[in-house]
Amino acid sequence: MSEAPKVPAAPPADDESQGVSRRSFLHTAGCAAVAAALTGCGHLSTEEFLQRNFRELDKKELGEIIARLEKEYTAKFHKKVTVAATPPMPGVVFGYALDLSRCIGCRRCVYACVKENNQSRIPQIQWIRVLQMDKEEGVSLLHADPYYDPPLVPQEGHFYMPVQCHQCKNPPCVKVCPVKATWQEPDGITVVDYNWCIGCRYCMAACPYGARRFNWGEPHLPPEEINPVTEYLGNRPRPKGVVEKCTFCIQRTRKGRYPACVEICPTGSRKFGNLLDPGSEIRYVIENKRVFLFKEELNTQPKFFYFYGV
Amino acid sequence: MPRDEARRWGLSGGLRLVMAAALTLLAPALRAADPPGAAPVAGAKEAPGDVDSNQIQVPPPPFSEGIFPCTQCHDGKTVKLNTTRRKLVDMHDDIVLNHGPNRWCLDCHSAEHRDQLHLVDGELIDFSKSYLLCGQCHGDKLRDWKVGVHGKRTGYWNGQKQYLLCVNCHNPHSPHFKPLKPLPPPVPPDQIMAPEGGAP
Repeated sequence: MSEAPKVPAAPPADDESQGVSRRSFLHTAGCAAVAAALTGCGHLSTEEFLQRNFRELDKKELGEIIARLEKEYTAKFHKKVTVAATPPMPGVVFGYALDLSRCIGCRRCVYACVKENNQSRIPQIQWIRVLQMDKEEGVSLLHADPYYDPPLVPQEGHFYMPVQCHQCKNPPCVKVCPVKATWQEPDGITVVDYNWCIGCRYCMAACPYGARRFNWGEPHLPPEEINPVTEYLGNRPRPKGVVEKCTFCIQRTRKGRYPACVEICPTGSRKFGNLLDPGSEIRYVIENKRVFLFKEELNTQPKFFYFYGV
Repeated sequence: MPRDEARRWGLSGGLRLVMAAALTLLAPALRAADPPGAAPVAGAKEAPGDVDSNQIQVPPPPFSEGIFPCTQCHDGKTVKLNTTRRKLVDMHDDIVLNHGPNRWCLDCHSAEHRDQLHLVDGELIDFSKSYLLCGQCHGDKLRDWKVGVHGKRTGYWNGQKQYLLCVNCHNPHSPHFKPLKPLPPPVPPDQIMAPEGGAP
């Protein structure tokens, strides 16, 4: 894949007033042939291979890509799937707070997230992991169990700590990406361009929260379970071989709605809002409750806060 | 969407004029999506006076089916008023009162106005404002609930929200939050590629 940058990103401007010149045709065809030979990605279309990084696309290119993806997904899932590229709202930086004194570890959030964000069912991918911890030990990863399965929760002597992407202000995952396929948006959400990701998984190694997931196999998502309202940088269906992660439900929150995990939580442990709005719930939590940052010493500066509501 | 895109591309392309124009066009729409508290949202129904936001729409109290209005039976004729503290038989005997010591029905339910509740000072309140009753003892929770930290809000983080009443999550007669069956744990890594059905 390292050869890819040698391929010009777009054919040079056509001198002839109409039609495709012999030169540009040969150029494009040649590039595609070289590309296919180099990558072995026979199934990758020319457009897909020559597609640039999301942040370099102009409006026309983005429109074409979105149209192509919508067509592809609609055909694959037998229903109308929309792909949006909603821009961030000005004056908004998202923050999240989770009440450790209220979470009972029921995992409703995990499955609401899977449904909303079109994660692969088999092989299983889940963006939220709920850790059961010992009250006596406090927040300690040495005493954390994600596989607890009692008949009823909460269990005596335990508390529960869901972990998902912390949307760090200083994100190590972004720093290590060799191709800039992942970055932090102006509203603080770290996103992935699934069409640009090369699957090296450096970001997964760098993330101290274990928040990123890799599509080791072809993601399997039953057509009847797909959420057809998707976002380019969010919950659109992913291909095999790319990394994905929580986006604070970018397809919902950029339209003003709460994330799916906030809405499903039966105990109301999850709080969400604009960190720049002094009147928001999230600001109230930070200013009035006992708040702690997970692995604060790493200076990742999470925008995900744990607090004790009682 | 095209206008939104125009904004994005106006920015990156350095077309500041286009951006400014687009922002001007968008300004009213953005203002409409202003954070809570900035402006009351029109059309908010039944805002309880005590709560400082005009946006609070509380859901109807979760009555058992057919039980409300209470005056169906407690009309003063069918059932005679009896204010003696006692254990109920025949009716409402399914209610287990497990909420602090020495309580009984008429501590919260009004004897004279059966379709209402009363505060300790005798003030009558509707069932839709029961949070005021709860807040007499649980003032810290009421305070947190009003700012959206205790309890659950759904809807829009920057606009109209739906609230739950205390009694939507806590049975007032037995308020401790009931344990739930957890959804299945994640498939362990060594079984993640298991065929149809995933982990055993």
